[in-house]
Amino acid sequence: MAALRGKTSLTLRQRDTIIGLLLIAPSLVIIFGIVLQPILSTLYLSFFDADLGLGRTNIFLGLGNYLDLLADPVFWETIQRTLYFTLVSVGVELVLGLGIAQLIHAHPPGWRILRASLIIPWAVPTIVNGTMWRWIYNADYGALNGLLLQLGIIDKYIPWLTKPFTAMNLVILADIWHSVPFIALILQAALATLPEELEEAAEVDGATPWQRFWFVRLPLLRAAILVALVIRTVEAFRVFDIIYVITAGGPAFGTVTISYLTYLETFSFGNVGRGSALSFLISIITLLLAFIYIRFLYRPEERME
Amino acid sequence: MTGWWRFRMPKSGALLNTAMLTVLVLLVMVFIFLPVLWLIISSISTRAELLSVPVHWIPENPTLENYISILVPGSATSEVARTFKITLRNSLVVATSVTFISLLAGSLAAYALVRIRFRFSEILLIGIIGTRMIPEVSLVIPLYILAARIGIINTPLVLMATYLCFSLPFAIWLLAAFFQTIPLELEDAARIDGCSRIRTLFQIILPISAPGLVSTALFVFLLAWDEFFFALIFTSTVAAKTVPVAIAEFTGRYVVDVTAMMTGGVLAAIPPVVLALIFQRYIVSGLTAGAVKG
Amino acid sequence: MKTVLRLFAFVIVLSLILAGCQQAEQGPATVRVLAMEQAGPTVDEMNSIVAEFNEENPNVEVVIEYVSYDALHDKITTAMASSPPAYDVFLVDDIWYAEFADAGYIWDVSDKITPEMQENIFDAAWDITVVQGKTYGMPWLLDQKYFYYNEEILNQAGITEPPKTWEEMVEQAKVIKDQGIVEYPIVWSWGQYEAAICDWVTLLYGNGGSLVDDAGNPAFNDAKGVETLTWMLQSIDDGITNPASVSYVEEDVRNVFSQGKAAFATNWVYMYDLVNFNEDESQVTGKIKMSLMPAFEGGGVVSATQDGSMGFSIAAESPAKEVAWDYIEYLTSEDVQNRYSAHLLPIWKTSFQGEQLETLMGYTESNKTTVPMFSEQFPYSYVRPKVTFYPEASKALQLALQEALTKSKSPQQALDDAATKWVSFME
Repeated sequence: MAALRGKTSLTLRQRDTIIGLLLIAPSLVIIFGIVLQPILSTLYLSFFDADLGLGRTNIFLGLGNYLDLLADPVFWETIQRTLYFTLVSVGVELVLGLGIAQLIHAHPPGWRILRASLIIPWAVPTIVNGTMWRWIYNADYGALNGLLLQLGIIDKYIPWLTKPFTAMNLVILADIWHSVPFIALILQAALATLPEELEEAAEVDGATPWQRFWFVRLPLLRAAILVALVIRTVEAFRVFDIIYVITAGGPAFGTVTISYLTYLETFSFGNVGRGSALSFLISIITLLLAFIYIRFLYRPEERME
Repeated sequence: MTGWWRFRMPKSGALLNTAMLTVLVLLVMVFIFLPVLWLIISSISTRAELLSVPVHWIPENPTLENYISILVPGSATSEVARTFKITLRNSLVVATSVTFISLLAGSLAAYALVRIRFRFSEILLIGIIGTRMIPEVSLVIPLYILAARIGIINTPLVLMATYLCFSLPFAIWLLAAFFQTIPLELEDAARIDGCSRIRTLFQIILPISAPGLVSTALFVFLLAWDEFFFALIFTSTVAAKTVPVAIAEFTGRYVVDVTAMMTGGVLAAIPPVVLALIFQRYIVSGLTAGAVKG
Repeated sequence: MKTVLRLFAFVIVLSLILAGCQQAEQGPATVRVLAMEQAGPTVDEMNSIVAEFNEENPNVEVVIEYVSYDALHDKITTAMASSPPAYDVFLVDDIWYAEFADAGYIWDVSDKITPEMQENIFDAAWDITVVQGKTYGMPWLLDQKYFYYNEEILNQAGITEPPKTWEEMVEQAKVIKDQGIVEYPIVWSWGQYEAAICDWVTLLYGNGGSLVDDAGNPAFNDAKGVETLTWMLQSIDDGITNPASVSYVEEDVRNVFSQGKAAFATNWVYMYDLVNFNEDESQVTGKIKMSLMPAFEGGGVVSATQDGSMGFSIAAESPAKEVAWDYIEYLTSEDVQNRYSAHLLPIWKTSFQGEQLETLMGYTESNKTTVPMFSEQFPYSYVRPKVTFYPEASKALQLALQEALTKSKSPQQALDDAATKWVSFME
């Protein structure tokens, strides 16, 4: 720094740029130093017919892998399944989260304990969450079967995870349990900052509770909902760990999501080229989502004047 | 459970409404705690009880055997149980170092991006956050090759480096949001008094955003503690294995050690849950900053 | 501005340097071994074998690591991507041999196999590591599916001898069921996992059928295949096979059997000790016996079962190949195997004869039964086809079995569809 001060020819702007770059340099070195080469390598491989086998020459395919994927029905089925997972998961989380947020906001007895308890499902590690639910869903000894049987809802144990549709929905349930707190806490925090006067004014004007909610409260929450939605949507779209733990993609591909497909292509089938192309397709989609967020919600304001 | 039912209580009919709300609170609590309770109950049951039909909701022979097997040296029934404590330590080491470095490098970068207007800031921000878009699965092999060349496979270092790539962008984003909430006037006052940018950062900004730092630290710690797939592939001995990998290993080729898995699960969940509960205020403010004001 | 650009360039260069670092090899030749937990010898035993070898070979250092079975395949695949490979020696499951051989991961050690080794090691053991006539490793962890029965239940039903054919077993099962002793006398692992294939092979080959023909084309959808699958369905319909078998894997079979809820079951050797001697885990200790796996009357074979063994192989690109071979040779030598056979059955025929047999049987209570049973059953053990696309093909077949067993397709249709997929993988 001392050396720089001597350079009176630098403008304030230039000095700032130097300082800015220096401050950001450690992060850049770490992030790009570690991840740049792998990302580039993956991109490079995506244009080749590359297998993990050694001593094989990779055949250049240009966009071959990409076109192949886009023409593959398995790819589209997987996208469909991933969209189903994302929409149902995030949708239910949003509705439940909003409900719980409002419940807390109304300050009923025990609301503080409720808010504290919400942290627990969210803080439980993903693999613990996965193994816990897998055990609950166990066909012979699981708590789900036990509970439903004792409540008389079913008359004999059901092997839940052996049917694709039920398996998918149960994995979604496990994900919902884990992620609802995230949305609920964000929305509750947002609710707490809402000015009361607007709603009180509406009440005075004779608006029903539903009208107050829909026309006053919800629009004010729009920003928070949007953020929670985008974050969760990107996460849900890329879901992998919980699938790996609970169903390993089964049964019959029924819970294979797009990230899991990438895993299968790369590790189980050894098609690194295809797997890489797949991951870039996924990245493009998620990048688009993130880009929307940055453009519309992140305001780099409050900088110098 | 749709939203339109919840609304600020009108004074009249308060008692009935409060009762209804309390019931709802209890329902949500049940939703939250039921699975966790079952996890805990499973961990203090014997295998025979866990495999009984109908389900023993309250174990007839509760036992701490599973915990003793893991925690007390010399009593382990399996290799995985014996080494579980070491994996806990590994997770701790990795998570704390990642948190520390993320905070350090992250706050520098966040400050630069938010306060100092320079040419590349937005591009860099997009670039940094963009690295999170690639599914981790596809980065494993190239990263593995890279790490193998440097010789850090199966060391805590490789996990730290990998996790940093994912947690730093997140930390930067979160810290940037916090920094933005600090009024400009404070900084302007400091600048007028002759503080350089750096001094402003360390003497004004960081102390004020202490809650934000705690919040970010918490999120990063949880992220690092939670990570599974990279740990699975990159580690193979107790030199570096983390807790998620250990839990996965209770599943043998044919045998599934259910009680050990549940016990391991409880032990693995305790640090993050306890931390989160203690610092819950910061979690909420973190989510707020990131989401509401960010 | 130049300063800024220079600084920036420096940062980028630094990052790339970090990415390009090489590390020089130093010290004695290192052989890195990847083994499996909960497999065969205990970790302590494996470690002492390594210690012995290291002592006798001071210019080599063997380093051994253990992972769970689930992670083994992915770890090997990943390790092969780096150069040199991250592991020099690793444990390979039977069903991966064709895949790894084709991908060039494993070293062809055919010329290291002496005629003596060829002769004295079980043929069914060599089936594991031989792909298209070339040997790619030493067989090591031998296992097969065994036939278990609960003697007490049989006696209660007035049955004195275990069945020798599947038809006989059905008869006995019906008697047991009719007398109300057990509701579902037979339990299988027919869940949509590899476990189902193991049962399928056992039954199919016992019927004189096979998975592929000599040309490698699918043969499992021929008359014998359909017949076998129909028989499986029938046993569920007759109420003698536990209907939950359709979602079971080996552990579930063990659980059911341990609770005395089945009279007959097939499983790997690990189940014997747990069901017959472990009172914490089993309610039927002391009542369980094993006998030769039955076959079908028209099958033309005395017995047939699934060979589910593993072998140790060397990475083809390993810089320490020769030394690695020395280690494997040591590990699988008759002497070492005999000394460490408390938890691992030797691959040598001679270990099961004379005095060696006595020693072997004396190690544990279970060994008294499992050791003779092993050498009796092993000659009738069949491996799964060594095709490079086995993982995908197996999934297709698993699906077919599941579809037929849950009656969403007819056996013929399900098997035909799987055969079609199989053929498409062959390209």
